[in-house]
Amino acid sequence: MSVRRKNRSAQLKVKSRTENLSEIRDFVSGNARTADIPEATVENIILAVDEACTNIIKHAYNLSPEGEIIIKIEYDEEKFMVTIIDYGKSFEPDRVPLPDLQKYYREHRVGGLGMYLMKSLMDDVEYISVPGEYNQVLLSKNIRSG
Amino acid sequence: MAEFSTSVRENGDISIINLKGFLDAHTAPTLESNFTQLINDSKFKIVVNFENLAYISSAGLGVFMAYIESIRDNKGDIKLTNMSDKVFNIFDLLGFPLLYEIYKNEEEAIKKFSGS
Repeated sequence: MSVRRKNRSAQLKVKSRTENLSEIRDFVSGNARTADIPEATVENIILAVDEACTNIIKHAYNLSPEGEIIIKIEYDEEKFMVTIIDYGKSFEPDRVPLPDLQKYYREHRVGGLGMYLMKSLMDDVEYISVPGEYNQVLLSKNIRSG
Repeated sequence: MAEFSTSVRENGDISIINLKGFLDAHTAPTLESNFTQLINDSKFKIVVNFENLAYISSAGLGVFMAYIESIRDNKGDIKLTNMSDKVFNIFDLLGFPLLYEIYKNEEEAIKKFSGS
């Protein structure tokens, strides 16, 4: 029996504004549903991408609204991959510790939760940062069924 | 643009915030202003009803962390109710059930405030 391959890709470019988060989620959601991924997995991917873009808006661009965020989606029958590129301040993921929620609560620290969620919701999270040029985060999820 | 709205009701000395729509980094300030207003009015017994909340990201979760301490310092609490499985799973992933009381419905949360 031959399996029909389904390799697809799509790209969205938006400004670094929180008001664009809903457009980003819709873009991910539309593509993930086309890829025929289980609903719960779709929801997890949407949230992980939201968290990555929120971090870019808040930290890489420090809430400046004119930064550029590029979201690329690629998938085949095994993997759904989202690459997110920005041209803001470089990011050192190793310097962000996994959160101790009790400690965060005492210290009113709420950042860092997004990073933890991304790592929990996706199978792989990889950062590449070229200071002064670009930052890239690659989120991937295995979607092979059966 | 993400749709999000809140409404606040009073039930005796308890304030109930209803959430509706998508709670993310863009819409979180709406909920923050609800908490700020309640604290300014010395209303520290707060129930948040999630029944119509479709989505929450960590920016939304952060709102609860930002206010809980000052509310508990004033002998109040934020109790959460009517969460969908989807939203509960995100709270659970971050260990929130250890820090917040989560109830099936408003009545249970209100009873807890009444001490019965």
